[in-house]
Amino acid sequence: MAQQLAAKEPTAQQIAEQKIYKQFGVTDSEYELICEYLGRQPNYTEIGVFSVMWSEHCAYKNSKPLLRRFPTTGPKVLMGPGEGAGIVDIGDKQAVAFKIESHNHPSAVEPYQGAATGVGGIIRDIFSMGARPIALLNSLRFGKLDSERVRYLFSNVVGGIAGYGNCIGIPTVAGEVMFDEAYEGNPLVNAMCVGLIDHDKIQRGVAKGVGNPVFYVGPATGRDGIHGATFASEDLTAESEAKRSAVQVGDPFMEKLVMEATLELIDSGIVLGIQDMGAAGLTCSSAEMASKAGNGMELYLDEVPQREEGMTAYEMMLSESQERMLFVTEPQHEEQAKAIFARWGLHCAKVGKVTDDGRLRLFHKGEQVADMPVKALVDDCPIYHKPSKVPEYYLQNGSIDTTRYEQVPDLTCALKKVLGSPSLASKEWVYSQYDYQVRTSTAVVPGSDAAVVMIRGTRKALAMTTDCNGRYVYLDPEVGGKIAVAEAARNIVCSGGEPLAITDNLNFGSPEKPEVFWQMEKAVDGMAEACRVLDTPVIGGNVSLYNESVKGAIYPTPVVGMVGLVRDLDHITTQDFKAENDVIFLLGETKAEIGGSELQYAVHGVTEGRPPMIDLAVERAVQQAVLAAIRAGLVASAHDLSEGGLAAALAESCFGRGLGARVEWTPNLRPDLALFSESQSRILLSAKPENAEKLAALLKEQGVPAARLGTVGGDRLTIKIAGHTAVDAPVEELRRVWKEAIPCRMQ
Amino acid sequence: MTRMKFAVLVFPGSNCDLDMFHAVQDTVGEQVDYVWHTADDLSAYDAILVPGGFSYGDYLRCGSIARFAPVMAEVHRAAEAGKFVLGVCNGFQILTEAGLLPGALIRNNSLKFRCHPVDLIVENARTAFTNAYAQGETIRVPIAHGEGNYYVDDETLSRLKKNNQIVFRYAGDNPNGSVDNIAGVCSERGNVVGMMPHPERAVSELLGSKDGARMFTSVLNAWRERHGAAIGG
Repeated sequence: MAQQLAAKEPTAQQIAEQKIYKQFGVTDSEYELICEYLGRQPNYTEIGVFSVMWSEHCAYKNSKPLLRRFPTTGPKVLMGPGEGAGIVDIGDKQAVAFKIESHNHPSAVEPYQGAATGVGGIIRDIFSMGARPIALLNSLRFGKLDSERVRYLFSNVVGGIAGYGNCIGIPTVAGEVMFDEAYEGNPLVNAMCVGLIDHDKIQRGVAKGVGNPVFYVGPATGRDGIHGATFASEDLTAESEAKRSAVQVGDPFMEKLVMEATLELIDSGIVLGIQDMGAAGLTCSSAEMASKAGNGMELYLDEVPQREEGMTAYEMMLSESQERMLFVTEPQHEEQAKAIFARWGLHCAKVGKVTDDGRLRLFHKGEQVADMPVKALVDDCPIYHKPSKVPEYYLQNGSIDTTRYEQVPDLTCALKKVLGSPSLASKEWVYSQYDYQVRTSTAVVPGSDAAVVMIRGTRKALAMTTDCNGRYVYLDPEVGGKIAVAEAARNIVCSGGEPLAITDNLNFGSPEKPEVFWQMEKAVDGMAEACRVLDTPVIGGNVSLYNESVKGAIYPTPVVGMVGLVRDLDHITTQDFKAENDVIFLLGETKAEIGGSELQYAVHGVTEGRPPMIDLAVERAVQQAVLAAIRAGLVASAHDLSEGGLAAALAESCFGRGLGARVEWTPNLRPDLALFSESQSRILLSAKPENAEKLAALLKEQGVPAARLGTVGGDRLTIKIAGHTAVDAPVEELRRVWKEAIPCRMQ
Repeated sequence: MTRMKFAVLVFPGSNCDLDMFHAVQDTVGEQVDYVWHTADDLSAYDAILVPGGFSYGDYLRCGSIARFAPVMAEVHRAAEAGKFVLGVCNGFQILTEAGLLPGALIRNNSLKFRCHPVDLIVENARTAFTNAYAQGETIRVPIAHGEGNYYVDDETLSRLKKNNQIVFRYAGDNPNGSVDNIAGVCSERGNVVGMMPHPERAVSELLGSKDGARMFTSVLNAWRERHGAAIGG
């Protein structure tokens, strides 16, 4: 039998002669290196294992030099990048674990399962650290909704996220969805999970203790998802459809059981090391666990639970069947571990042993079928410093005057266009499909600047958000990278939280293109600087490259997932205006910055010029002032100004309670620019009349420019600019445009 | 002093068990235990709460596998003995599958999962779980389900009406297509109640509403009334 199967697989010699390794994305020079590390030619299983370990997805071979530019440490960072998730201290011996990960390619081919398993994978990353997952977020990008294919992708991605998250019982509390032609052939599906953990429960994926048994838990391994990691590391083409088999199928019920059992197992204190089987399945988890402990591992593949007959070593090692975990314990704890899993109806199988020889050895049907140095697999993938080149479009955009368009005549009409643009419109159609309340801790539900999840048994809460404006990053990657971090922090602050750290998902096109690599470099530099100034280190993340379709690369989209700490439940703040006669303030400076704005896109039909500039010192000052004001109890509502500028922010603050606003403002700008400029570092606050003077004084003391714009009240939004009515409409009318934009297109 | 004892059942795939448990603690503060699906004795408990979630993954049909769990024989016994039984969301689906409540829950007419607050009319304020509400009162409680479309045939519907077994109706838009806007029903004796909306998610202002809290005070009232002077109120 073994011989029969082996006969189907190419021999080591054939792999070399026919360059079969190229099918797995391994280059000639990489193949040479592999031969060198092995001291011979790799067989089929070995080349398969190497190819996934050396894929961009697992080895970050094109992005590692850039990732090193991120600040990753800080007094509160308990675990930085490298493990399943980063962990940050939140006091009282508790910590928060979080991470974001992409499932772009699978979702482009099979949107429901692609998105669902993306959620499943990121949840495993969190609970494998020993953390209890408490919230899910996502960041999605699609083409325009007038395409039937896009509507299909959008609808099924949302369905997949809902299907997985709702069933497993972790609330999906926040996210963002944007629509632009740039994502037409290559949607982005990034999922983030946040977990809570006690300091003394933190786990690592290490294969500790030579001679200790290695256990496999979860459903049996099938032939699904083979080469998923490699698939994720190449461009999407017409042939991608044929790689549907690289997409896995999720079972959230199974993951719920695995999660509960795993947390119980970790709680029992007998786990020495644990890691989920995510990308590259058994291969990656075993090699990485051995590597982190400086050990080796033997795997007995006949012991691996199998769901299909006649699976080869190659197939088992490369399968990405879902909901599986690998853990190491001491031999005397085997029965205890088995009993815990049995209580949850799960089987755990002893599939290997920790060794001291630094090698990953695989045994199948009585034979050793692979023998590879762990270090070569995990650490020795060549790192590429790709050439970088300033793109032509960037140079050209520098000379575009974005105020050259004629003044928009009807600003109420322009506001409706902006509010009805699907990127800005209400996402209720999306989040009403997500259970955002299970675990009964969601204090701020989807739709505000950041979600807020309470920590049971304390007065504390966690604020969380995902952010990235791909148009800004496209127009100026460095500035756009800074803004992505700054906006996330601004959202956290507006919710009453203090930004703690970020996880990032770097979604870019092909790094082989110098112009794309330039985008990556600049965006990372911008993000890194913002992280330093705003004191939010990068504690983990994911890189997704080759996001290209026949139509070209996506907008560079480095999504930032941020978590902040709300010190006291009384600080929780939302964007809705709260009461008649509350006083409205605008913090920050408004400039004529229309490049990359929603006005430019929705009204003028272009994305060009330079994006808004950002001064990180000013940003920091504004954020600190707002947080101080919130903590002093002076703020009734706070809303970050972003897409759609002041006009959209005012309208959104009116929608929550259907309260209108009367605004009179005399800025030194043309009315359309004043209302729709997307200048950074601006926040809209409202305060009770009796607190208005105190708030103004506090802002002045903090050196933050603040304009008193008007008052909350009535049922219309009326904005006068320099004495002339610019916008005047019933809140309900605006709300309808905003609320119905997506449902109307999805009918 | 004797305390009332609540059991929160846990099936594989239950996920609102935690919420139900804390709702009891946070509203009435009586004793509450998680009880595993394999338990074969519920005699120690005064109220049995069947929480929401996706028991057994909702595979085959919501609640259809859970009804065969060993603990369900005890739930039948408790219901017959007149103990208080509440099923919420998946718990409601389980109780209908088990035949403890009439009707069935089918897919929402939108074919989508729906999660948002709804207004409910308290149609029967005399059940063990609604005695703290006023008859006809409107309360705000969230829903979160994909299969909450309550179905009964016409004959059963008239019987439900006649026996006053409709406990809650949706006040505004019907979110799922339920017959006669029904959101919750009870057994003929009123000791078993099932509903799709989640009262355990509406127990504090921070969660958006505390209108659900009185479900728990209601059942405590009912229990105290039943045990009267024996526990001294």
